Amino acid sequence: MMRLDRVSKIYRVGAFGARKLPAVCDVSFDVRGGEVVSLIGESGSGKSTIGKMILRLISITSGKIWFNDMDISTLKGNALKEYYRRVQGVFQDPFGSYNPIFKADRIFQIVRREFYPHIPQADWDEKVERTLTSVGLNPQQVLNKFPHQLSGGQLQRFLIARALLLDIEFLVADEIISMLDASTRIDVLNLLADLKARGLSILFITHDLSLGYYISERAVILYCGRIMEMGRTESVFSNPIHPYTQLLMDSVPRLDQKWAKTVRSVEDGDKAHLAGCVYYPRCSKGTPECTKAIPPLVEVAPDHWVACHRW
Amino acid sequence: MTLQVENLTLYYQTLRGDARALEDATFKMADGEIMGVAGESGCGKTTLGHGIVLLKPPMKFVRGRVVLDGEELPIWDMERMREYRFRKISIIPQYAMNALNPIRKIGTMIGEVVRSRGIDYGAILPELKRRLDLVGLSHDVLKMYPIELSGGMKQRVVLVLSTLLNPSVLIADEITSALDVSTQKAVMEMLVEFRDRGFVKSIMVITHDISILYQVADSIMVMYAGQLSEKGPTEVIIHRPRHPYTKMLIGSLPKVGVRYAETRLSGIPGSPPVLLDPPPGCRFQDRCPVAFEKCRDVPPFLEIEPGHFVACWREY
Ligand SMILES: Nc1ncnc2c1ncn2[C@@H]1O[C@H](COP(=O)(O)OP(=O)(O)OP(=O)(O)O)[C@@H](O)[C@H]1O
Ligand SMILES: Nc1ncnc2c1ncn2[C@@H]1O[C@H](COP(=O)(O)OP(=O)(O)OP(=O)(O)O)[C@@H](O)[C@H]1O
Ligand code: SF4
Ligand SMILES: [Mg+2]
Ligand SMILES: [Mg+2]
Repeated sequence: MMRLDRVSKIYRVGAFGARKLPAVCDVSFDVRGGEVVSLIGESGSGKSTIGKMILRLISITSGKIWFNDMDISTLKGNALKEYYRRVQGVFQDPFGSYNPIFKADRIFQIVRREFYPHIPQADWDEKVERTLTSVGLNPQQVLNKFPHQLSGGQLQRFLIARALLLDIEFLVADEIISMLDASTRIDVLNLLADLKARGLSILFITHDLSLGYYISERAVILYCGRIMEMGRTESVFSNPIHPYTQLLMDSVPRLDQKWAKTVRSVEDGDKAHLAGCVYYPRCSKGTPECTKAIPPLVEVAPDHWVACHRW
Repeated sequence: MTLQVENLTLYYQTLRGDARALEDATFKMADGEIMGVAGESGCGKTTLGHGIVLLKPPMKFVRGRVVLDGEELPIWDMERMREYRFRKISIIPQYAMNALNPIRKIGTMIGEVVRSRGIDYGAILPELKRRLDLVGLSHDVLKMYPIELSGGMKQRVVLVLSTLLNPSVLIADEITSALDVSTQKAVMEMLVEFRDRGFVKSIMVITHDISILYQVADSIMVMYAGQLSEKGPTEVIIHRPRHPYTKMLIGSLPKVGVRYAETRLSGIPGSPPVLLDPPPGCRFQDRCPVAFEKCRDVPPFLEIEPGHFVACWREY
């Protein structure tokens, strides 16, 4: 369905773009039909950059993204419009996606104007109501309201409904629930699970491991723009092999257990420019060997990949 | 008693009237206490934190008192608060990490903040370096730009800066919500260490993530729609909560090891009231499974056992 092949993104920053900031390096993974893949990593690890490249919001520096064997960078005009009919994104901040001076449901009218100008109004209204119901909203209660009259969870579900109006096949869900409180989160997560059951593929971007585990079949662990480990969620979570993934699993805050004390090491930034493993400065298992070459992603068990010299 | 808050009430002025974001908050933070503040998005956590240190329009002081180390703070007066801010009471605002000026080197930025308070940067530099060592940051970060640091490194810089003058109280607003779990853990452990070393007496940790509070907080205070629901020792709030909202909030947390395919979790039906015109009485009443007529009066925040406060008519 969606396949990333050695994708990199280098941002240029500073005066005249003199400094290069590699945000995503050599990332390859795929999301199959009807599958949820979670993309997990800390702030700044490149998660949104990957999502934006898939949605063609920013260019790819090198590598290719294939959607059903189409190279998405070549899409133009009608083909691009067709792509957006099938691939959509929902982003982190539900409040930021609305203009406070218009009613919230204006986002649906915009979809109609763009993609379905010929559908009769009555049919369209019915489609909107059906879609709102499918995301667990009562149309009578939420239509015709201003954004401030709706809760964060309702606005977030509006955005998902907008994506669904297009009969999409692929959804980029970028931290869509980190803003929501625990109880609304679960509603939105369950909704994604239901959509998946109806065949939708989802790239679920998060920094929260328990949410990733709850929802996804496969998980990709990103650190400084590179994949550290990926594979079936069960394997990665119950048998983490990369030292970074192991550290993540040990750090998950639980209500039935307190954290063990961490041993701390000094950090000095600029990891992206290292010649070897980007994780070396924080790694508890590293040896000088690790600084010489970038560890390749190796399949250590069926559908379980690890990039570490010392696995 | 480091911090004492009495009947603190703060509204936001809007075109359509006042949004009653914090109503009659009364609580105490003891010396050495790390108090977590939890509750869903929009319940007033940031309002509480800002109101104590950084009260400015459209936020409006309605009533109440804030007493720090025995002295009442003039929280309604931005100017007079300058004397206390940063020296006696410090705040790490929500999104502080992203607010670092991208074109200033970290050292330059810290120098500016310190000098603006009339303190000599050179004189404080040795202590600054000692604290960077403590949080595991190389002194080179002073010469770097924010973009060159990871999220966790930026948060540590902000933590060191905000406690440099050993304030009595630190208010940390969602300092870990963008970080991965290993970095969250590291930053939280540093908060505890700073308290243990006496760099700061008491800390208010604001977060919607209760499982993090369970790890480090001595006590947890839960808010709902601008009202305090419950405050008590961490173990009590997590294992024997009394307020219906606290119970439902804790019950809806996803845990590692739970997948929707096997166990489908459920949320709290309904949504919080509009703060422009909240229902009289307990603001949780519309979603509360055990509400009764009495709930149309505001339930007082009563101490039902030592250190355990609850605002619920069913629990007195
Ligand atoms: N437009 C841009 N110009 C320059 N640098 C950028 C730009 N957008 C992002 N970056 C940098 O690229 C890196 C990756 O950013 P990205 O937004 O993809 O991270 P993320 O994993 O989504 O983080 P978060 O969890 O904070 O959303 C970061 O170091 C960021 O500062
Ligand atoms: N400038 C403002 N004008 C009007 N209402 C506001 C303003 N700022 C906040 N509010 C309202 O006050 C209430 C409390 O907001 P606050 O930011 O304190 O919530 P919070 O608990 O910190 O939420 P979050 O977890 O999302 O950070 C919310 O309902 C919000 O909509
Ligand atoms: S006071 Fe009433 S409505 Fe509020 S939580 Fe208690 S029982 Fe429920
Ligand atoms: Mg992002
Ligand atoms: Mg807040």
